[in-house]
Amino acid sequence: MSLQITLNLIIAFMWMFLTESYQFPSFLTGFIIGAFLLFLLRRFIPSRFYLYRVWKFVSLILLFIKELIKSNVSIVKLVYQPKRTYNPGIFALPIDLKTNWEIAILTSLISLTPGTLSVAISDDNSLVYIHAMDLQDDKKEIESIKDSFEKAIMEVTR
Amino acid sequence: MSASAEVIAGIFIFVGTIISLISAIGLVRLPDVYTRSHAGSKSSTLGVLSVLVGTLLYFVISEGYFSIRLILGIVFVFLTAPVAAHVICRAAYRSNVPLTETSAEDQLKDYFEQQSKEVNE
Repeated sequence: MSLQITLNLIIAFMWMFLTESYQFPSFLTGFIIGAFLLFLLRRFIPSRFYLYRVWKFVSLILLFIKELIKSNVSIVKLVYQPKRTYNPGIFALPIDLKTNWEIAILTSLISLTPGTLSVAISDDNSLVYIHAMDLQDDKKEIESIKDSFEKAIMEVTR
Repeated sequence: MSASAEVIAGIFIFVGTIISLISAIGLVRLPDVYTRSHAGSKSSTLGVLSVLVGTLLYFVISEGYFSIRLILGIVFVFLTAPVAAHVICRAAYRSNVPLTETSAEDQLKDYFEQQSKEVNE
């Protein structure tokens, strides 16, 4: 990924030297042309075309903001209930992510989404222990959300 | 121009303060450490975010000044709040703070017991 970004920047600077104008618009033109060239030559470059990952990253952020707002609505519902009807608990979620970086992102996202809070990670990085606000009702739902996050993170990082 | 800036910024800051108030009430009403840190981590993050976005929009619209420092503040709050909640919960669990009586199940208990047994041997 960093190789592709470096190549794209080099092409943009070459374009600035070729047109002999050193302003931001010509840099932008060169950058767009470089992105197009890299897209044409994507078969000869290791790993995926990098703007695809950038797009996936933006969609991950949008998904995350949506979940954050939903989580706040659910907190409001819980706090203003007259009686406590929920059953909190801790359950283990198996994960496929390998590197520390991916796991850190996943636990942060879990902590900021509805009804879940990451409490601990097992030593072999294979389980995340999650404290859930209402365990009986929406365990399935929580796990499906986690799956979608995990998939989105994987699409960004590999 | 400045009237619309005041309205937009006012809405954002009002929503932010309401969310922070809800977070504070949640800290009083919820039963144990873990449920309280649910309220503390999520609601206060969105509350601070909303206040900062309101301030940013006010200065962008009324004075045309785009403050990078506010953007950096938003990013840092987003990075640090969930990690802080994670660390506090983990430390509470390690020092045997109990869950509420209504808790349904606790899968972490077996794991930590097994681990402490290995350390003792």
